[in-house]
Amino acid sequence: MTIFLQQIINGLSVGSIYAVIALGYTMVYGIIRLINFAHGEIMMMGAYFAFVTVSAMGMPFYLVLIVSMALAALLGIAVETMAYRPLRKAPRISALITAIGMSLFLQNLALVIFRPEPKRMPPVIPRFPVRIGPLQIGTVTITTIILSIVFMILLDFFVKKTKPGKAMRAVSEDKEASLLMGINVNRTISITFAIGSALGALGGVLYSVSYTQVFPTMGVMPGLKAFVAAVLGGIGLIPGAMLGGFVIGMVETLSKSYISSQWSDAIVFGILIIVLLFKPTGILGKNEKEKV
Amino acid sequence: MALLETKGIGMQFGGLKAVDQFEIQVDENELVGLIGPNGAGKTTIFNMLTGVYKPTEGDITLNGISIVGKKPYQIVNMGAARTFQNIRLFKDLSVIDNIKIAYHNEMSYTTVEGIFRLKRYWTQEKKAHQESLDFLKIFSMEDYADILAKNLPYGKQRKLEIARALATKPKILLLDEPAAGMNPHETRELMETIHFIRDKFEIAILLIEHDMSLVMGICERIVVVDYGKIIASGTPDSIKKNPDVIRVYLGE
Amino acid sequence: MAKTFNLKVFIINLLAVIFIFIAIKILIGSGALSRYLISIMIFICVNIILATSLNLATGFLGQLALGHAGFMAIGAYTSALTAIYLRSTYNLSGTLLLLASLVAAGLFAGIIGVLIGIPALRLRGDYLAIITLGFGEVIRVFINNIGFTGGAKGLTGIPRITTIDNAYWVMVLTVAILYTLTSSRQGRAIISIREDEIAAEAVGIQTTRYKVMGFAIAAFFAGIGGGLYAHFIAFLDPNTFNFMRSVEILVIVVLGGMGSLTGSVVSAIVLTILPEALRDFAIYRLLIYSGLLVAMMIFRPQGIFGTKEFSLVQFFKTLRHNPIVTPRKKVKESD
Repeated sequence: MTIFLQQIINGLSVGSIYAVIALGYTMVYGIIRLINFAHGEIMMMGAYFAFVTVSAMGMPFYLVLIVSMALAALLGIAVETMAYRPLRKAPRISALITAIGMSLFLQNLALVIFRPEPKRMPPVIPRFPVRIGPLQIGTVTITTIILSIVFMILLDFFVKKTKPGKAMRAVSEDKEASLLMGINVNRTISITFAIGSALGALGGVLYSVSYTQVFPTMGVMPGLKAFVAAVLGGIGLIPGAMLGGFVIGMVETLSKSYISSQWSDAIVFGILIIVLLFKPTGILGKNEKEKV
Repeated sequence: MALLETKGIGMQFGGLKAVDQFEIQVDENELVGLIGPNGAGKTTIFNMLTGVYKPTEGDITLNGISIVGKKPYQIVNMGAARTFQNIRLFKDLSVIDNIKIAYHNEMSYTTVEGIFRLKRYWTQEKKAHQESLDFLKIFSMEDYADILAKNLPYGKQRKLEIARALATKPKILLLDEPAAGMNPHETRELMETIHFIRDKFEIAILLIEHDMSLVMGICERIVVVDYGKIIASGTPDSIKKNPDVIRVYLGE
Repeated sequence: MAKTFNLKVFIINLLAVIFIFIAIKILIGSGALSRYLISIMIFICVNIILATSLNLATGFLGQLALGHAGFMAIGAYTSALTAIYLRSTYNLSGTLLLLASLVAAGLFAGIIGVLIGIPALRLRGDYLAIITLGFGEVIRVFINNIGFTGGAKGLTGIPRITTIDNAYWVMVLTVAILYTLTSSRQGRAIISIREDEIAAEAVGIQTTRYKVMGFAIAAFFAGIGGGLYAHFIAFLDPNTFNFMRSVEILVIVVLGGMGSLTGSVVSAIVLTILPEALRDFAIYRLLIYSGLLVAMMIFRPQGIFGTKEFSLVQFFKTLRHNPIVTPRKKVKESD
């Protein structure tokens, strides 16, 4: 029973990382209907930014987080402006291929700059187990869960109560109408990318602190899984990404311990396939028909 | 028995009843117009008639056979063809290829015969090509045969779309706002084309339109719809004078 | 689309294909082509098969499929295992063994293509792309974990029966079949779906049927490509058939032009040779590839050839006359 609870906590930790990354996917999809394949790489870059600031500059954790998220936000804006904006009116297939290309580009950029050997993330959060009842939870796990939830609350507040947040929701609903209402669509989209990328970087930092390794392709699998999470919860919906993240985190952790770690990947992708076949709009999504 | 007939069809989208108890009959060779303010449900009705939507209630018959639940391509094979409000041509294909696609079901050679270029491929392709060319001649478009559809001017694109629908040899043609986006000159040409089609092909035509000059100019009968319900039906003259129709279009 | 059987055109193309083959054989015979270069040529043939088949699904049918490596894997493993079985039980060898194994590979991959296609092709655009990605990954994990495929350790003992001869002719046959398919009425139906699926339905095309057909035939040939590959390198590691592999094939198709078979052929040749030629710069290769891909989608999304095919006969014609291309006429309303 203790082991089960332990696994639940692990699942929450993994899930919160997926949730935070999934938010980036869902926000971008919500606003420009693009699956940003490069988002996993933003997460990876976030981890590298953290690595550099910790090991080369010895910054404390909170600063590392801020710097990493800020740099990732800038990177996200740059990617959007250079690669996605020119294709806003292009057929979907072109935009998707560009996103895939961007993903590869960033991976290989990291490969060239940082070299393929994995780097070890220094212990920027003091690691020791905390006893809560019969359970032993690591500080890293606690930090991950708490930070993720804090940022999710901040995001929720931002989207619901601030002007740029409301602009984001407006543009997601109807881009043309938002333009007519005087909303600066380009800037809103940039802000969306900035926030989504910052959250992705947060995920990357937390991931690298948990698993201690930083390498150029570290964003591929977590990126894909976070994406599955976003789809599961309802692509384009912020609460959907949060819900989906936790579910996928749980599924992965529990299937790794109770079934096998080899099959856990197949199970996650199996979930993707089932969702797409039976309810493509996800758990929280509504049905939409194409206008003829 | 009417060629195309609906029995109390309705369409419910969640909480909204877009179409309610709609009845229409189109007989062979008739030219009927469907008009109404924007959002009245006209295109929804069309989509039900062509299998794009399945009515949430009621029945639709074509030549006596129910078409509810049938897919669009099946309904086309039963003899009802349509055009779209935003012209849907195969833009990167040539004009003649756009027509040739309509001959798909008339040809019968199998995939294997096509791949290995057996005899039936050659005879049927030659025939389809000739028929497509002849078809373009009927519409005076044979000179455009090899032009890409996207390079045609707007009026000719619409003409091509109508020609393509006709190439499926339908018994009834449904035109969804054929004059949309056209200037008066193009609209006049369109009216001539529609008259010409009706005479030459002896088919029924049901059209949705906002352009009153076109509707009043060519339709034999007009059905008026508002909020998904019929509010009037009759000859152009009677519709023009109908107080309910006037109220719907001009307000109280 | 060909209207009548043009013997002259057919003979010119046939002669060109034979000529190239003879040229290759002469070069090999004279020792000018090392084992290494021959292996490159075999990889070129495999990549041409993979690219042209993906082009059918993505370029002609217009469905972005991101799991092509999965079908290649199915074909590779099916062919390998079939060959191992046939060799030990029936003592088959050489070309006969290869043909039998490839047919099995293609058929099985094609059947899986139908099974995946029927549910998956109900989805549009992005959703279809992701679900094919998902299936590709599931296939990889499956192969990794099933005993008789050798699992993660890989499959060995595969008969090395792919030669430049059979690879070349299987490739020629593949491209020829795909060409005749895309210029038949079924091919037109497939293309019309890419152009406008709703309009295609409105003209009487049974879109579900042709989507599955296009997808399954693409899977079939991917399987054959996988089989050729398996019988050349004689060792299979399931993790080489991952999403990255699918993307590499996609890059070839996009560069050559989605909807142009000759584009895929040229692009496959270039993108197979280039990494080898730039071996020293390997670490920059993918960086440049991906940068190129992004740049291309922004500035020239139609790739090199767009949807046009390079016609040998047209080429000779333009050489004889002025090599000035007649621009497409923009039609005026008054015409």
